[in-house]
Amino acid sequence: MGNTITEKILMAHTGFSEISAGQLINASVDVALGNDITAPIAIREFQTAGGKKVFDRDKVALVLDHFTPNKDINSAQQCKTVREFAMEHGITHFYEGGQVGVEHALLPEKGIVLPGDLVIGADSHTCTYGALGAFATGVGSTDLAAAMLTGELWFKVPSSIKFVVYGKMPRWVAGKDLILNIIGRIGVDGALYQAMEFTGETISALPMADRLSMANMAIEAGAKNGIFAPDAITEEYVKPRARRPYKFYASDADAVYSQIIEIDAGKLEPQVAFPHLPSNVKGISQAGNVKIDQSLIGSCTNGRIEDLRIAAGILKHRKAASGVRLIVVPATPFIYRQALLEGLLEIFLNADAVISPPSCGACLGGHLGILAAGERAIATTNRNFVGRMGHPKSEVYLASPAVAAASAVLGRIASPEEL
Amino acid sequence: MIFKGKVWKFGDNVDTDAIIPARYLNTSDPAQLARHCMEDADPEFVKKMNAGDIILGGENFGCGSSREHAPIAIKTSGISCVVAKSFARIFYRNAFNMGLPIFESRQLADAVSEGKEITIDSARGTITVAGTNQQFTISPIPPFMEQLIADGGLMKHIAKK
Repeated sequence: MGNTITEKILMAHTGFSEISAGQLINASVDVALGNDITAPIAIREFQTAGGKKVFDRDKVALVLDHFTPNKDINSAQQCKTVREFAMEHGITHFYEGGQVGVEHALLPEKGIVLPGDLVIGADSHTCTYGALGAFATGVGSTDLAAAMLTGELWFKVPSSIKFVVYGKMPRWVAGKDLILNIIGRIGVDGALYQAMEFTGETISALPMADRLSMANMAIEAGAKNGIFAPDAITEEYVKPRARRPYKFYASDADAVYSQIIEIDAGKLEPQVAFPHLPSNVKGISQAGNVKIDQSLIGSCTNGRIEDLRIAAGILKHRKAASGVRLIVVPATPFIYRQALLEGLLEIFLNADAVISPPSCGACLGGHLGILAAGERAIATTNRNFVGRMGHPKSEVYLASPAVAAASAVLGRIASPEEL
Repeated sequence: MIFKGKVWKFGDNVDTDAIIPARYLNTSDPAQLARHCMEDADPEFVKKMNAGDIILGGENFGCGSSREHAPIAIKTSGISCVVAKSFARIFYRNAFNMGLPIFESRQLADAVSEGKEITIDSARGTITVAGTNQQFTISPIPPFMEQLIADGGLMKHIAKK
């Protein structure tokens, strides 16, 4: 009986020569990640347990990206706690200020996470790195503390759901639409405790940016991880970035899956997740007339240069509709500079967009774009829970950068086809 | 252990933004977090509940963010334990790691109404409803997880090793 890619990566991080779904294991960790919200609790736990030294200063990443630039005094204190810890322990991958980016865009971009790695992060969207063929999963702060101390963590080996995607994606349909469609099909707990493995001819042709935005939202279906078998596209992305060896794993032909789901991407149209669950998905043609107050283009789901190019392509020579606050958040300083060099920021400014510094702030209702009661936003982010981006009586609609840009121009949820 | 308390009912997919909204995550102080426990699901919850009460959820309780602030807010508010049909996985591991007792029961949520008093006997794996002869079973947990609870959470478990 063969193994899935998820099982193989986990097994490679244990002393076992066999592994199967459901088994509880202790596995070694290649990268342990925390941010300004989750790391302070991990640091407290680490210190309370008498921790004197992190297991490997090159394998801990601390990224101050959530309530930064510091939104208030408490946030500044939290960042200070993490900064002091990073200095004390000589953490190699510590990012703040003008070097910080949204963690799940930053770590792949910097080559900190690589194919075959086992990555844990005290942030639920750590599953993003599955796009590179790594096992990556979100955990809590105590888990992060344990990993920083021992370099190991306990896991239950997940069973896997295999998604086989075929057909050519129509114009304006992206990885974001594919993952929203999948979550709409299986529900917010449709992959609970399981791995989501994305395969098929459409996936093989899918650019890395789209893979990253798909893996990013595996958690929105309850999954432990989302994963893509690494290939030539992965190699092209990883090779210039990696500063240590990495390994490609692939599922065996006779690997066991709990479910196999086939999807014809050729039949998809742009998707929108209505409030207040990421599974409340409709095709754009069924969206109706939903007026918006804000359009947010950014986040660990869709704040990459490819996303900004798509948005700029639509916004060029156009403006955000009167009454719509358009906010663009380049996810990292590199992306910000690239957007500047390519003239994208000029297009955004001409469209009356606010260009935000790299930050998670607006996506989780922290700062830099909060909604008032009764307001609606279309966002390229990953969650639309009650109160996610502000007042509990505000609404968030999730979509691709193309739809968010077109909606900003028309002042209502709209397809780029309408322009 | 025995947990005896009044039940506060919530539906399916209670997310961590509802348990502790992100606007309060500029602190990790348990007492401050507890003041806003369940605020976006029920703004009056903290005023209404009493120490020892029990949260009863539906499917996928604690979905969304990995914020451990969620089980911390619940535990510090005085809630003794959470029972749900199922738990989101990060919330599940966080609860075991930091010592908030949680129990899975597929039948209980549909069988009792809010305000009823229930008794959970974790050793026997049973839940009984006061004033009735209804009894429900708790889904068993792996021995390793039992050990985590017995040791007082993940960090104490590691220290012991």
